[in-house]
Amino acid sequence: MDPVSAALIGAGLAAIGAGMAAIGVGNVFGSFLESALRNPGAADGQQGRLFIGFAAAELLGLLAFVVAMILIFANPAA
Amino acid sequence: MAAEEGKVDPMKQFQVEPLFGSESWEIAGFNIAFTNSALWMAITVVLIWGFVFVGMKRELVPGRWQMAVESFTGFIDDMLEANIGKEGRKYVPYVFSLFMFILFANLLGLVPVGIIPSVHAYTFTSHFTVTGVLAAISFSIVLIVGFWKHGIKFFTLFVPHGTPVVMIPAIFVIELFSFLIRPFSLALRLFVAMMAGHVLLKVLSSFVIDGMNGGIGTSLLVATPSFVLMIAISALEILVAGIQAYVFALLTSLYINDAEHLH
Repeated sequence: MDPVSAALIGAGLAAIGAGMAAIGVGNVFGSFLESALRNPGAADGQQGRLFIGFAAAELLGLLAFVVAMILIFANPAA
Repeated sequence: MAAEEGKVDPMKQFQVEPLFGSESWEIAGFNIAFTNSALWMAITVVLIWGFVFVGMKRELVPGRWQMAVESFTGFIDDMLEANIGKEGRKYVPYVFSLFMFILFANLLGLVPVGIIPSVHAYTFTSHFTVTGVLAAISFSIVLIVGFWKHGIKFFTLFVPHGTPVVMIPAIFVIELFSFLIRPFSLALRLFVAMMAGHVLLKVLSSFVIDGMNGGIGTSLLVATPSFVLMIAISALEILVAGIQAYVFALLTSLYINDAEHLH
Protein backbone atom coordinates (compact mmCIF):
# COMPACT_ATOMS: atom_id res chain seq x y z
CA MET A 1 0.00 0.00 0.00
CA ASP A 2 1.38 3.40 -0.83
CA PRO A 3 1.96 5.77 2.10
CA VAL A 4 -0.63 8.35 1.02
CA SER A 5 -3.58 5.98 1.00
CA ALA A 6 -2.33 4.34 4.19
CA ALA A 7 -2.24 7.77 5.84
CA LEU A 8 -5.78 8.54 4.67
CA ILE A 9 -7.04 5.22 6.03
CA GLY A 10 -5.27 5.98 9.29
CA ALA A 11 -6.91 9.41 9.42
CA GLY A 12 -10.28 7.74 8.92
CA LEU A 13 -9.51 5.28 11.73
CA ALA A 14 -8.65 8.22 13.99
CA ALA A 15 -12.28 9.30 13.65
CA ILE A 16 -13.16 6.28 15.83
CA GLY A 17 -11.35 8.10 18.63
CA ALA A 18 -13.54 11.15 18.12
CA GLY A 19 -16.64 8.94 18.37
CA MET A 20 -15.30 7.32 21.56
CA ALA A 21 -14.76 10.77 23.07
CA ALA A 22 -18.38 11.55 22.18
CA ILE A 23 -19.43 8.54 24.29
CA GLY A 24 -17.23 9.80 27.11
CA VAL A 25 -18.57 13.35 27.03
CA GLY A 26 -22.11 12.02 26.83
CA ASN A 27 -21.41 9.87 29.87
CA VAL A 28 -20.09 12.84 31.84
CA PHE A 29 -23.10 15.04 31.17
CA GLY A 30 -25.58 12.14 31.36
CA SER A 31 -24.37 11.02 34.77
CA PHE A 32 -24.34 14.62 35.97
CA LEU A 33 -27.92 15.17 34.86
CA GLU A 34 -29.04 11.90 36.38
CA SER A 35 -27.62 12.71 39.78
CA ALA A 36 -28.58 16.38 39.55
CA LEU A 37 -32.22 15.34 39.19
CA ARG A 38 -31.90 13.12 42.26
CA ASN A 39 -30.40 15.88 44.38
CA PRO A 40 -30.87 19.27 42.71
CA GLY A 41 -29.59 21.11 45.77
CA ALA A 42 -26.09 19.66 45.39
CA ALA A 43 -25.95 20.06 41.60
CA ASP A 44 -24.69 23.66 41.40
CA GLY A 45 -21.75 22.95 43.68
CA GLN A 46 -20.49 20.23 41.36
CA GLN A 47 -20.44 22.25 38.16
CA GLY A 48 -16.69 22.81 38.34
CA ARG A 49 -16.10 19.07 38.58
CA LEU A 50 -18.53 18.54 35.71
CA PHE A 51 -16.42 20.71 33.44
CA ILE A 52 -13.16 19.15 34.60
CA GLY A 53 -14.57 15.75 33.65
CA PHE A 54 -15.82 17.14 30.38
CA ALA A 55 -12.42 18.66 29.60
CA ALA A 56 -10.59 15.43 30.37
CA ALA A 57 -12.91 13.32 28.21
CA GLU A 58 -12.93 15.85 25.39
CA LEU A 59 -9.15 16.17 25.26
CA LEU A 60 -8.76 12.56 24.14
CA GLY A 61 -11.19 13.07 21.27
CA LEU A 62 -9.32 16.21 20.25
CA LEU A 63 -6.08 14.22 20.29
CA ALA A 64 -7.65 11.79 17.82
CA PHE A 65 -8.51 14.77 15.64
CA VAL A 66 -4.92 16.01 15.85
CA VAL A 67 -3.68 12.59 14.74
CA ALA A 68 -6.01 12.72 11.74
CA MET A 69 -4.91 16.26 10.84
CA ILE A 70 -1.23 15.34 11.09
CA LEU A 71 -1.76 12.31 8.88
CA ILE A 72 -3.57 14.35 6.21
CA PHE A 73 -1.77 17.69 6.21
CA ALA A 74 1.65 17.10 7.77
CA ASN A 75 2.35 13.50 6.96
CA PRO A 76 6.10 12.85 7.21
CA ALA A 77 5.88 9.70 5.03
CA ALA A 78 3.87 11.11 2.14
CA MET B 1 -1.99 19.03 0.35
CA ALA B 2 -3.01 22.03 -1.73
CA ALA B 3 -6.62 22.34 -2.85
CA GLU B 4 -7.32 22.45 -6.55
CA GLU B 5 -8.63 25.54 -8.28
CA GLY B 6 -12.20 26.46 -7.34
CA LYS B 7 -12.33 24.28 -4.25
CA VAL B 8 -12.72 25.54 -0.70
CA ASP B 9 -9.53 24.86 1.20
CA PRO B 10 -10.52 24.43 4.88
CA MET B 11 -6.97 25.18 6.04
CA LYS B 12 -6.55 28.51 4.26
CA GLN B 13 -8.37 30.38 7.06
CA PHE B 14 -5.52 29.60 9.43
CA GLN B 15 -2.82 31.16 7.27
CA VAL B 16 -0.82 33.87 8.95
CA GLU B 17 -0.25 36.66 6.45
CA PRO B 18 1.71 39.88 6.91
CA LEU B 19 -0.55 42.92 6.52
CA PHE B 20 2.27 45.44 6.39
CA GLY B 21 5.95 44.98 6.86
CA SER B 22 7.88 42.38 4.94
CA GLU B 23 10.53 39.71 5.12
CA SER B 24 13.17 42.32 5.80
CA TRP B 25 11.58 43.34 9.11
CA GLU B 26 13.68 41.17 11.32
CA ILE B 27 14.90 41.14 14.89
CA ALA B 28 17.46 38.44 15.68
CA GLY B 29 16.30 36.35 12.73
CA PHE B 30 12.60 36.53 13.58
CA ASN B 31 10.16 38.24 11.27
CA ILE B 32 8.22 40.97 13.07
CA ALA B 33 5.87 42.01 10.25
CA PHE B 34 2.39 42.99 11.46
CA THR B 35 0.23 39.97 10.61
CA ASN B 36 -3.51 39.35 10.57
CA SER B 37 -2.99 37.36 13.77
CA ALA B 38 -1.49 40.41 15.46
CA LEU B 39 -4.30 42.59 14.09
CA TRP B 40 -7.01 40.39 15.60
CA MET B 41 -5.16 40.24 18.91
CA ALA B 42 -5.06 44.03 18.93
CA ILE B 43 -8.79 44.20 18.11
CA THR B 44 -9.51 41.75 20.94
CA VAL B 45 -7.51 43.77 23.45
CA VAL B 46 -9.15 47.05 22.38
CA LEU B 47 -12.62 45.50 22.65
CA ILE B 48 -11.95 44.07 26.12
CA TRP B 49 -10.47 47.38 27.24
CA GLY B 50 -13.51 49.24 25.92
CA PHE B 51 -15.93 46.74 27.44
CA VAL B 52 -14.37 46.95 30.89
CA PHE B 53 -13.70 50.70 30.71
CA VAL B 54 -17.34 51.61 30.03
CA GLY B 55 -18.38 49.46 32.99
CA MET B 56 -15.87 51.06 35.38
CA LYS B 57 -17.89 54.18 36.21
CA ARG B 58 -18.54 52.80 39.70
CA GLU B 59 -22.08 54.09 39.90
CA LEU B 60 -23.90 53.32 43.12
CA VAL B 61 -26.81 51.91 41.15
CA PRO B 62 -25.11 49.95 38.39
CA GLY B 63 -26.45 50.29 34.88
CA ARG B 64 -26.71 47.40 32.46
CA TRP B 65 -23.17 47.73 31.18
CA GLN B 66 -21.63 47.90 34.63
CA MET B 67 -23.74 44.87 35.60
CA ALA B 68 -22.33 42.94 32.65
CA VAL B 69 -18.72 43.74 33.56
CA GLU B 70 -19.32 43.06 37.25
CA SER B 71 -20.94 39.73 36.53
CA PHE B 72 -17.83 38.70 34.60
CA THR B 73 -15.44 39.76 37.37
CA GLY B 74 -17.76 38.26 39.97
CA PHE B 75 -17.85 35.00 38.05
CA ILE B 76 -14.04 34.74 38.01
CA ASP B 77 -13.87 35.89 41.64
CA ASP B 78 -16.31 33.17 42.72
CA MET B 79 -14.46 30.54 40.72
CA LEU B 80 -11.11 31.38 42.37
CA GLU B 81 -12.74 31.61 45.79
CA ALA B 82 -14.29 28.17 45.34
CA ASN B 83 -11.16 26.50 43.99
CA ILE B 84 -8.32 28.19 45.87
CA GLY B 85 -9.95 29.87 48.85
CA LYS B 86 -9.28 33.39 50.03
CA GLU B 87 -5.68 33.30 48.77
CA GLY B 88 -7.21 33.05 45.32
CA ARG B 89 -8.25 36.71 45.31
CA LYS B 90 -4.81 37.89 44.22
CA TYR B 91 -5.02 35.85 41.01
CA VAL B 92 -8.28 37.49 39.89
CA PRO B 93 -6.56 40.03 37.58
CA TYR B 94 -4.60 37.34 35.75
CA VAL B 95 -7.37 34.77 35.43
CA PHE B 96 -9.88 37.46 34.47
CA SER B 97 -7.60 38.78 31.71
CA LEU B 98 -6.95 35.24 30.52
CA PHE B 99 -10.63 34.33 30.48
CA MET B 100 -11.72 37.53 28.71
CA PHE B 101 -8.90 37.34 26.17
CA ILE B 102 -9.74 33.77 25.19
CA LEU B 103 -13.50 34.34 25.27
CA PHE B 104 -13.35 37.46 23.10
CA ALA B 105 -10.87 35.84 20.71
CA ASN B 106 -13.05 32.75 20.29
CA LEU B 107 -16.20 34.79 19.76
CA LEU B 108 -14.53 37.30 17.42
CA GLY B 109 -13.45 34.43 15.19
CA LEU B 110 -17.12 33.56 14.73
CA VAL B 111 -18.25 37.07 13.79
CA PRO B 112 -19.26 36.89 10.11
CA VAL B 113 -17.09 39.77 8.92
CA GLY B 114 -16.37 37.67 5.83
CA ILE B 115 -19.50 39.08 4.14
CA ILE B 116 -17.47 42.26 3.55
CA PRO B 117 -15.27 41.52 0.50
CA SER B 118 -11.59 40.91 1.19
CA VAL B 119 -12.09 41.01 4.97
CA HIS B 120 -11.40 37.69 6.67
CA ALA B 121 -12.19 36.70 10.22
CA TYR B 122 -9.26 35.12 11.94
CA THR B 123 -9.28 33.05 15.12
CA PHE B 124 -5.83 33.35 16.63
CA THR B 125 -6.75 30.90 19.42
CA SER B 126 -6.75 28.22 16.72
CA HIS B 127 -2.95 28.42 16.66
CA PHE B 128 -0.78 26.37 18.96
CA THR B 129 1.78 29.17 19.23
CA VAL B 130 -0.80 31.50 20.79
CA THR B 131 -2.47 29.01 23.13
CA GLY B 132 0.95 27.56 23.94
CA VAL B 133 2.16 30.93 25.19
CA LEU B 134 -1.00 31.39 27.28
CA ALA B 135 -0.54 27.91 28.78
CA ALA B 136 3.16 28.60 29.39
CA ILE B 137 2.28 31.77 31.33
CA SER B 138 -0.20 29.83 33.48
CA PHE B 139 2.33 27.07 34.07
CA SER B 140 5.10 29.56 34.94
CA ILE B 141 2.83 31.15 37.54
CA VAL B 142 2.23 27.71 39.05
CA LEU B 143 5.98 27.00 39.17
CA ILE B 144 6.96 30.43 40.50
CA VAL B 145 4.24 30.49 43.17
CA GLY B 146 4.93 26.90 44.15
CA PHE B 147 8.68 27.29 44.60
CA TRP B 148 8.33 30.78 46.12
CA LYS B 149 5.87 29.62 48.75
CA HIS B 150 7.06 26.10 49.53
CA GLY B 151 10.65 26.03 48.29
CA ILE B 152 11.98 22.51 47.86
CA LYS B 153 8.88 21.15 49.64
CA PHE B 154 7.00 21.83 46.41
CA PHE B 155 8.18 18.42 45.25
CA THR B 156 5.93 16.77 47.85
CA LEU B 157 3.17 17.67 45.36
CA PHE B 158 4.27 14.58 43.46
CA VAL B 159 3.91 12.25 46.45
CA PRO B 160 0.33 12.24 47.78
CA HIS B 161 -0.23 11.76 51.51
CA GLY B 162 -0.20 8.17 52.71
CA THR B 163 1.64 6.71 49.74
CA PRO B 164 3.30 3.40 50.78
CA VAL B 165 7.11 3.72 50.77
CA VAL B 166 7.57 1.03 48.12
CA MET B 167 5.27 2.92 45.77
CA ILE B 168 6.94 6.32 46.17
CA PRO B 169 9.38 6.09 43.19
CA ALA B 170 6.67 4.92 40.77
CA ILE B 171 4.06 7.43 42.01
CA PHE B 172 6.63 10.23 41.90
CA VAL B 173 7.44 9.57 38.25
CA ILE B 174 3.76 9.26 37.26
CA GLU B 175 2.75 12.42 39.12
CA LEU B 176 5.73 14.31 37.71
CA PHE B 177 4.74 13.40 34.16
CA SER B 178 1.11 14.26 34.72
CA PHE B 179 2.30 17.61 36.09
CA LEU B 180 4.65 18.30 33.19
CA ILE B 181 2.03 17.38 30.59
CA ARG B 182 -0.38 20.04 31.92
CA PRO B 183 0.70 23.03 29.80
CA PHE B 184 0.53 20.90 26.66
CA SER B 185 -2.93 19.53 27.37
CA LEU B 186 -4.09 23.02 28.32
CA ALA B 187 -2.82 24.57 25.10
CA LEU B 188 -3.79 21.64 22.88
CA ARG B 189 -7.38 21.54 24.13
CA LEU B 190 -8.11 25.16 23.26
CA PHE B 191 -6.27 25.15 19.95
CA VAL B 192 -7.79 21.91 18.65
CA ALA B 193 -11.31 22.72 19.83
CA MET B 194 -11.23 26.03 17.97
CA MET B 195 -9.54 24.62 14.89
CA ALA B 196 -11.87 21.61 14.62
CA GLY B 197 -14.97 23.79 14.72
CA HIS B 198 -13.68 26.16 12.06
CA VAL B 199 -12.56 23.33 9.78
CA LEU B 200 -15.98 21.71 10.14
CA LEU B 201 -17.73 24.96 9.21
CA LYS B 202 -15.51 25.42 6.15
CA VAL B 203 -16.05 21.82 5.00
CA LEU B 204 -19.81 22.28 5.30
CA SER B 205 -19.60 25.57 3.43
CA SER B 206 -17.78 23.80 0.61
CA PHE B 207 -20.71 21.33 0.49
CA VAL B 208 -23.09 24.29 0.18
CA ILE B 209 -21.06 26.00 -2.57
CA ASP B 210 -20.42 22.87 -4.61
CA GLY B 211 -24.02 21.72 -4.14
CA MET B 212 -25.40 25.03 -5.40
CA ASN B 213 -23.07 24.93 -8.40
CA GLY B 214 -24.14 21.34 -9.19
CA GLY B 215 -27.68 22.25 -10.23
CA ILE B 216 -31.17 22.18 -8.73
CA GLY B 217 -30.99 18.52 -7.62
CA THR B 218 -27.86 18.82 -5.49
CA SER B 219 -29.00 22.24 -4.30
CA LEU B 220 -32.03 20.72 -2.60
CA LEU B 221 -30.44 17.42 -1.62
CA VAL B 222 -26.99 18.55 -0.45
CA ALA B 223 -26.71 22.32 -0.14
CA THR B 224 -29.88 23.01 1.86
CA PRO B 225 -29.33 20.38 4.61
CA SER B 226 -25.67 21.40 4.84
CA PHE B 227 -26.66 25.02 5.29
CA VAL B 228 -29.12 24.16 8.05
CA LEU B 229 -26.41 22.08 9.71
CA MET B 230 -23.98 25.01 9.39
CA ILE B 231 -26.37 27.24 11.34
CA ALA B 232 -26.70 24.59 14.05
CA ILE B 233 -22.91 24.05 14.22
CA SER B 234 -22.38 27.82 14.45
CA ALA B 235 -24.64 27.87 17.51
CA LEU B 236 -22.66 24.96 18.94
CA GLU B 237 -19.44 26.85 18.22
CA ILE B 238 -20.63 29.82 20.29
CA LEU B 239 -21.23 27.38 23.15
CA VAL B 240 -17.79 25.80 22.64
CA ALA B 241 -16.15 29.24 22.59
CA GLY B 242 -17.58 29.95 26.03
CA ILE B 243 -16.87 26.50 27.43
CA GLN B 244 -13.25 26.45 26.26
CA ALA B 245 -12.55 29.87 27.77
CA TYR B 246 -14.18 28.69 31.01
CA VAL B 247 -12.27 25.39 31.03
CA PHE B 248 -8.95 27.17 30.44
CA ALA B 249 -9.60 29.54 33.35
CA LEU B 250 -10.92 26.73 35.56
CA LEU B 251 -7.93 24.45 34.98
CA THR B 252 -5.54 27.37 35.51
CA SER B 253 -7.18 28.06 38.86
CA LEU B 254 -6.97 24.37 39.81
CA TYR B 255 -3.27 24.27 38.96
CA ILE B 256 -2.66 27.45 40.95
CA ASN B 257 -4.49 25.78 43.83
CA ASP B 258 -1.96 22.94 43.68
CA ALA B 259 0.85 25.47 43.90
CA GLU B 260 -0.77 27.34 46.79
CA HIS B 261 -1.76 24.38 48.92
CA LEU B 262 0.21 21.39 47.60
CA HIS B 263 -2.08 18.42 48.29
